[in-house]
Amino acid sequence: MIPPRFEYAAPKSVREAVDLLKSRGGEAKVLAGGQSLIPLLKLRLAAPSLLVDINRVTGLDYIRESGGFLRVGALTRVSTLNRSALLKKRYGALHDASLTIADPLVRNLGTVGGNLSHGDPSNDLPAVLLAAGGELAATGPSGDRSVRAEDFFVGTFTTALAQDEILTEARFPVPPPRSGGVYLKVEQKVADFATAGVAVQVSLDKKSEYARVGIGLTGVGPTALKATKAEAAMVGKRATDRKAAQEAGELAADASSPTTDIRGTEEYKRGLIRLLVTRGLERASQRARRGA
Amino acid sequence: MPQTSHIAVEVNGVKREADVEPRLLLVHFLRENLGLTGSHIGCDTTSCGACTVLLDDKAMKSCTVLAVQADGRKVMTVEGLGGHGKLDPVQEGFVAEHGLQCGFCTPGMVISAYALLQENPDPTEDDIRTAISGNICRCTGYEKIIESVKHAAKARRRRRT
Repeated sequence: MIPPRFEYAAPKSVREAVDLLKSRGGEAKVLAGGQSLIPLLKLRLAAPSLLVDINRVTGLDYIRESGGFLRVGALTRVSTLNRSALLKKRYGALHDASLTIADPLVRNLGTVGGNLSHGDPSNDLPAVLLAAGGELAATGPSGDRSVRAEDFFVGTFTTALAQDEILTEARFPVPPPRSGGVYLKVEQKVADFATAGVAVQVSLDKKSEYARVGIGLTGVGPTALKATKAEAAMVGKRATDRKAAQEAGELAADASSPTTDIRGTEEYKRGLIRLLVTRGLERASQRARRGA
Repeated sequence: MPQTSHIAVEVNGVKREADVEPRLLLVHFLRENLGLTGSHIGCDTTSCGACTVLLDDKAMKSCTVLAVQADGRKVMTVEGLGGHGKLDPVQEGFVAEHGLQCGFCTPGMVISAYALLQENPDPTEDDIRTAISGNICRCTGYEKIIESVKHAAKARRRRRT
């Protein structure tokens, strides 16, 4: 399949890229890793007049902790997350999720910014960012701004980014001691989208009770979802309280709105959420007690 | 007249230049412009990996990269393996362990295996399974391919010592 005709520009800076986007008033698309966009072009599901290839922009590929956040540049490849010792040690949910995205060939090109800004409810990183209580940085014609994760995912393939804004950074709060995170995903086959996925990020207090709980859900709604009732219900509960974790699973399943498709029925997917949230809380709190 | 871009790509060590439409996919550039038909087009939907090549030493699916994106960069296809009458250890492994039947997926499998061994010369079976998880084979059931990569890893280490 050959994509439809488009014009192509490869700017060297974010500023130049934003100007190009602005000049086309919504008819331009940003090309990052291209692992979702190029298939969409081939299928004629997208037909932008201009592709703004940001792969020649420097300074958007990094992983570092500063100012209370783990900062991940938008052009950081998913395969870079896979290999990060810092992520493995301290950002378990993000590391787990990075290893479940597509396959190693796709991960060599696919970017963190693309995974988040595509707005696909089946992408894995949105749920991780929601569970972490993170935020996103974007640059537009009038400068930089940050958007909280829960305000970013507006609808299926729709985010809070304006047509002339570029996502530049994802920010995950540096977790306090006794924190842990996990991402669990059920997929029909290797490299598939999630039938359902769950990100859990917890912090325990000195009595091994939950001080903070974040839960994000993949593939069971129009966007990735934040299971706020389940999160609130766990605060103050003991990390070993299996019954509370099961109840949180119920609350998260109630908050989800999966649809029946080739990957499973609505009921089956709710069942997966129930199970994965319960299991995710247990595994995340185990990691928290081990200090990961 | 559609926009064209002038690109210069180092393919298997040789600088190749062309004027291409931005929509030209890298795999079409390799196969049609350069006549390097070793990289296959299987699914054309980023699923099967038959079109896998190295772009700046990283394995990727050339049906999901634009040729213009390769401008100024290095590409290695299956044709770039071995040479001077000698097989690459990966090719040797696939021959010795019979790692193919119809052969359609083989160029992609071989490139993914080559990329793995560049990064990890002594992979576990798990590492091998993960490394080829973006490449689909409908003939072998994968076992022979995994044996081929193990063989290649040994042959490669032997050659280096």
